Amino acid sequence: MSDAVRVSGVSKLFGTERKGTVAALDGIELTVAPGEFVSLIGPSGCGKSTLLRLIADLDQPTSGTVSVFGKTARQARIDQDYGIAFQQAGLLPWRTVGGNVELPLELHGVGGPARRRRTAELLDLVGLSDFADRYPDQLSGGMQQRVAIARALAESPELLLMDEPFGALDEMTRERMQNELVSICAETGAAVVFVTHSIPEAVFLSDRVAVMSPRPGRIRTILPVRLGSAGDRDEDLRETGEFFAAVSAVREALHGMPAGDGLRGLDLR
Amino acid sequence: MRRARPAVLGVAGVLLLALLWEGYKAVGPAGGVVVNGLTVLPRTSDLAMPHLWTMLARLGEPVTASGDGTPLWLAVVRASAFTLGLSALGWLLGVVVGMLLAMLMQRLRTAESALLPWIVLSQTVPLIALAPLVAGLGAQLRLGDLRWEPWMSVVVIASYLAFFPVSVGALRGLESPERAHVELMRSYAVGWWKTFFRLRLPASVPYLLPALRLAAANAVIGTVVAEVSIGLRGGVGRMMLEYASAASGDPGKPWGPIFGAVVIGLVAAGVVALIGIALRGYRRAEVTA
Amino acid sequence: MRRTSRTATVIAPIVLGVVVLALWQACVVLFKVKPYVLPSPSSIGEQFGRAFDAVWAGILVTGGNALIGLVIGAVAGILAAVIAALVRPVDELSRPIVAAAAVVPIVALSPVLYTMFGSDVQTGRQLIAALAVFVPVYLNTLRGLRQVRPVHRDLMRAYAATPWQATRAVTLPGALPFLFTGLRIASSLAVISALIAEYFGGPADGLGRSITSAAAYSNYALAYAFVLGSIILGLVFYCITLAMERLATRHSRSPS
Repeated sequence: MSDAVRVSGVSKLFGTERKGTVAALDGIELTVAPGEFVSLIGPSGCGKSTLLRLIADLDQPTSGTVSVFGKTARQARIDQDYGIAFQQAGLLPWRTVGGNVELPLELHGVGGPARRRRTAELLDLVGLSDFADRYPDQLSGGMQQRVAIARALAESPELLLMDEPFGALDEMTRERMQNELVSICAETGAAVVFVTHSIPEAVFLSDRVAVMSPRPGRIRTILPVRLGSAGDRDEDLRETGEFFAAVSAVREALHGMPAGDGLRGLDLR
Repeated sequence: MRRARPAVLGVAGVLLLALLWEGYKAVGPAGGVVVNGLTVLPRTSDLAMPHLWTMLARLGEPVTASGDGTPLWLAVVRASAFTLGLSALGWLLGVVVGMLLAMLMQRLRTAESALLPWIVLSQTVPLIALAPLVAGLGAQLRLGDLRWEPWMSVVVIASYLAFFPVSVGALRGLESPERAHVELMRSYAVGWWKTFFRLRLPASVPYLLPALRLAAANAVIGTVVAEVSIGLRGGVGRMMLEYASAASGDPGKPWGPIFGAVVIGLVAAGVVALIGIALRGYRRAEVTA
Repeated sequence: MRRTSRTATVIAPIVLGVVVLALWQACVVLFKVKPYVLPSPSSIGEQFGRAFDAVWAGILVTGGNALIGLVIGAVAGILAAVIAALVRPVDELSRPIVAAAAVVPIVALSPVLYTMFGSDVQTGRQLIAALAVFVPVYLNTLRGLRQVRPVHRDLMRAYAATPWQATRAVTLPGALPFLFTGLRIASSLAVISALIAEYFGGPADGLGRSITSAAAYSNYALAYAFVLGSIILGLVFYCITLAMERLATRHSRSPS
């Protein structure tokens, strides 16, 4: 079974008229095994979202290769091998919750009854079965994100790409969503690439944490932080010694970045 | 080169329209396209649709064969200047009244609740219908030696078409500053007037400019229509009506004042655009009307 | 945000309207204002009742012209916006023309339209209304077709959706609220333009003509009754398109 994601020698340069060329990413090497949960963490401008977009083929690298399940990123997108969740839930406001979850199924020609069945399953998975006929504007931010995650899981992808999906939520909702995500990943066995700027979040969720540094965006180090199997991770985990140790380790890795930049955009706790 | 692009495109667009006109004239049936007794596409005879060059040439000829020989274009320019002047007065009056109303509504919430619905509603109804009646009203007014001239009726009509968009736009603009900014002013123990000049007025510019543009367009329309319904001589509106009756013999003539009206509209919009450029420092976040 | 109690927001304008009407009536009676200066609200109401058939006939004519103009202008505006959204050069070429059309008095074309289509039919007036409607519908629809939120665009790309799928799923529904806003703005313009066009000639029917002739015969109360009719017409058009707009945008306001 090939790697879920293999990023090799990837650089991404952005050129603007005013600012000249910006090296968003430089020499990125990253491998994600099937079923593995990898977080990308780093201060603003380290290129973590850009890297995720390259894996999703929403953008192309300036050099290097990105392969997903042994195929090019483009082919993987065309074959719909991944599900994606953005920081803004990105729900279509004119569709009901159920309609939003159905969207990818509809677009890919799944028949009506099959769609409805799958949608019901997914909404049950994220605990929103009662809200199938509501509209996004009737839901809270946390609920909208759950719908977005349900939608990302619609076609049972083996790879989930998530770009700070909990970024806009308050702390309590965030921790609850992390608990749910862990159990969902345990059930589906999908590989996950998860962008975050929260150290505790990265440590709680991941098997490995890739610490990135900015200007140019590079992966500084990758730390294994697997704190028990997915099934074992629950609220109490956040109080354990191993958890704090792992958070410290990640924080250490993030320190030693050029002092002038500081660690903007990071939740250090 | 890039700056010239809109101008080049504008000219290209006008040329395209000209081509469309002449093109249809060349291929269209003389009696127009009639469907079920309804003329769907216009008649293409030289009387109904004169050639563009006929229109342009006519501008150079005298207004009337038996008159003083003033070329049509000069007469149109004079009439347009007259109408433009009245529109400008109407616009200014409308802007002043609109701003005052907006300030009142911003200051007193009850004034806003009471007035705003009527103002919004009045933008949707054809108040221009009142034009003939205003003239009658004005004719009765007398203040000592000052008599009400017909042109004043025109200015009043233009101004009340202009003041509605200004009051709505200005109100939105005056209420647009972020709460944080308003509270900052309050923390400086600054009164309503200072807050108005330092915060609300500058913040309202992006909302005011589209409203001023709309008000200018409305003022022009109001002036032209008022001239027609009051029968005020000297302006482009009355001229349009007069020349229209001459159309059967002189098809190019009515187009003179039409070009004049178009130019008036463009000039009015141009002036507002210049104001916009002068105030560009306050326009960081442009809002469309 | 300024907080006003709901009752105040509803009652205040009504109170103002009643007060103005009462003052108006009082002034006319007390100062014995002549009817050719300003008739009293009661005499206008009375005339409206008496001349209702004539007012209704005028409403049908002017309203009919406005409606036909609204439909023609809206259809043309929507089609043009779709083309302009798809074909960049069309958009660029038409931009200056449309900007000019938005500021010039379109009603100035009335006399020549009567010549081109005949002054014994309503076509000229309908076309004036259609031209006036075209501009806001075109501009608003085009804006709606252009604005797709980046996250939705990424979503469609992530789903490898075909351009047609993306248009149907995201662009068109997203543009709908803008279209209806344009229609709401255009509806008042349609009535106003149809009415103004009547001042420049054409058949001897319609509210505008009736107002002018009533004023010419010094029957000011009747003229105001026709004005009242035109106000009602304008309100009806506005309210219907406002309701349509509210219905279309009821779920689209949320930032999702």
